[in-house]
Amino acid sequence: MNAPRTMFEKIWSSHAVREEPDEAAILYIDLHLVHEVTSPQAFEGLRMSGRKVRRPDKTFATMDHNVPTSDRSLPILDQIAAKQIETLETNCREFGVTLYDLNSPDQGIVHVIGPELGLTQPGRTIVCGDSHTSTHGAFGALAFGIGTSEVEHVLATQCLQQQRPKTFRIAIEGGLQEGVTAKDIILNIIRRIGTAGGAGHVIEYAGSTIRALSMEQRMTVCNMSIEGGARAGMIAPDETTYAYLEGRRFSPKGADWDAAVEYWKTLPSDDGADWDAELEIDAAEIAPQVTWGVNPGQTVDVGGAVPSPDDFDNPDDQKTAERALEYMDLTPGQQITDLKLDRVFIGSCTNSRISDLRAAANVVKGRKANADVRAMVVPGSQAVKRQAEAEGLDAVFRDAGFDWRESGCSMCLGMNPDTLAPGERCASSSNRNFEGRQGKGGRTHLVSPEMAAAAAIAGRFVDIRSWS
Amino acid sequence: MEPFVEHTGLAAPLDAANIDTDQIIPKQFLKRIERAGFGQFLFFDWRFKDDGSENPDFSLNEPQYRGASILIAGANFGCGSSREHAPWALLDYGFRVLIAPSFADIFRSNCYKNGILPIELSSEDAARLRRQAETRDGFQLTVNLPKQTVSDPDGKTYSFEMDSFRKEFLLKGLDDIGWTLQYERDIAEYEKKRDALPT
Ligand code: SF4
Repeated sequence: MNAPRTMFEKIWSSHAVREEPDEAAILYIDLHLVHEVTSPQAFEGLRMSGRKVRRPDKTFATMDHNVPTSDRSLPILDQIAAKQIETLETNCREFGVTLYDLNSPDQGIVHVIGPELGLTQPGRTIVCGDSHTSTHGAFGALAFGIGTSEVEHVLATQCLQQQRPKTFRIAIEGGLQEGVTAKDIILNIIRRIGTAGGAGHVIEYAGSTIRALSMEQRMTVCNMSIEGGARAGMIAPDETTYAYLEGRRFSPKGADWDAAVEYWKTLPSDDGADWDAELEIDAAEIAPQVTWGVNPGQTVDVGGAVPSPDDFDNPDDQKTAERALEYMDLTPGQQITDLKLDRVFIGSCTNSRISDLRAAANVVKGRKANADVRAMVVPGSQAVKRQAEAEGLDAVFRDAGFDWRESGCSMCLGMNPDTLAPGERCASSSNRNFEGRQGKGGRTHLVSPEMAAAAAIAGRFVDIRSWS
Repeated sequence: MEPFVEHTGLAAPLDAANIDTDQIIPKQFLKRIERAGFGQFLFFDWRFKDDGSENPDFSLNEPQYRGASILIAGANFGCGSSREHAPWALLDYGFRVLIAPSFADIFRSNCYKNGILPIELSSEDAARLRRQAETRDGFQLTVNLPKQTVSDPDGKTYSFEMDSFRKEFLLKGLDDIGWTLQYERDIAEYEKKRDALPT
């Protein structure tokens, strides 16, 4: 019998074109997703060296980071952004790459549309010039973010040079409390392992709590693996995965589907496989989470208080906490539920899928946003937007005074006009609370979409478990 | 890529852990389609005040660190976004060497691709070098890649670990794509098998 292997090892070894001691492996890439911000210099590199895209059929592009979320029929005012968008169009045309552009019914955040279209499949190696490529690991794929030089490398060779990472199994067991979401699970994990806790590792999320999550919730968990320092996060495929994928545009069909499912069933990690690191978490212990600082590890329970630098043992953490308190304009001991908000953002590749919008709408329904709060909802893709509108969710949000926008990254990183003003405090369903991430001087608190929605109504953070 | 063998230069301290790539180069500068010219935007929100003038409290703005080519920072340097604009900005500003207790994975690999050498030293050693850079005028370090050492002006030498494969690429300034394309036949063969699978 073969030695037990992890899912990561199975996918890795079936994609290693060449793996020799003292060399990086050459890893074959099944799917390459491309967006406007990290690709122009890569295409330019190809052009300068006279190279082609090796497999345009395995390369798909969209525009998401830069795009306005207002009326799509209006011209883009930001000239440099417009130029970058145009450049992607030109590059895709010249190199024969499929592009879901601003007028496409399939446009959306790259990590939302990959799964929607059925491009994201178990057992695949998936890369994109974007750190949240880890999202696609939710399907049992090996998916990770790369830099622009690597984008060029994949375009030219359909391969990457990679050092084999280590493996980290995180098991979450048991039932979640009512109101606690996938977002709280991953924020809680990062709080425990730290923002570098997963460095050099691929995380596999396992356990009964993970098995019980929907595909969209699993994507939320895997999405933020990079916030824990891990390049990739993955979850074993199962019936939930197959049910999600069946019938999607790029999913295998007919006999191919059956053969694919047979193959996918061989992927999960074997019992007794070796892990370089392991962690077990009791789901019942997880409360709704709120970040108080400037990295996603600086997180407390919603019922908790802003910590003091003295609460940390490590001098680096103390210094980071001091800086964070100053930037966030917080005082140790302040109750999280006393923090008043100016803005609410529901969107991003972490939490902008239809189930996120349904959950947020459910909180908002029949209520009005607090007069001091400006709230916006940005669907992850045009498909999510259409579905939400068909269900009347847009009306729920609009009636409550929320802004209902076109799809894109929007205020997750504020490359487009959607930004926080200096000093504004925002409850955000996105994934990064770095200084200035949502706008210079802006103060971001990461929460679940439900918590963000409730905060918009109350004007301050509330414990969603007591929301009725 | 320019080969990296030995480098002597002025060291500048940046005393913070978890410096993310959003700080190294903020998003508003990622819209450019060129590779060059990002140095002016390096650490933009820390380097400049709202009115566009230099922030005198930021270490790199202090006169003694002008022209520094070695940056000594805290742990988990370069975490967050995969933007290669971060190493482009560091390189364009003049940095060839980064010293920290640890680096984020994608950032480290992006540095290698641009001929920047990220060196991991223990927290104590990195902190000692940072303090010296803070207290001694014109504090220069010499980095020797073949020997994998950093030496201070007093002759004290620190060794660092380095993946032998990446070292070779840096020493010779090798082109990654060119290296992989030597194995084009293997790739084509693999591809044939892979394309026959249902997924
Ligand atoms: S939504 Fe935010 S995190 Fe996700 S791809 Fe866009 S900018 Fe990156």
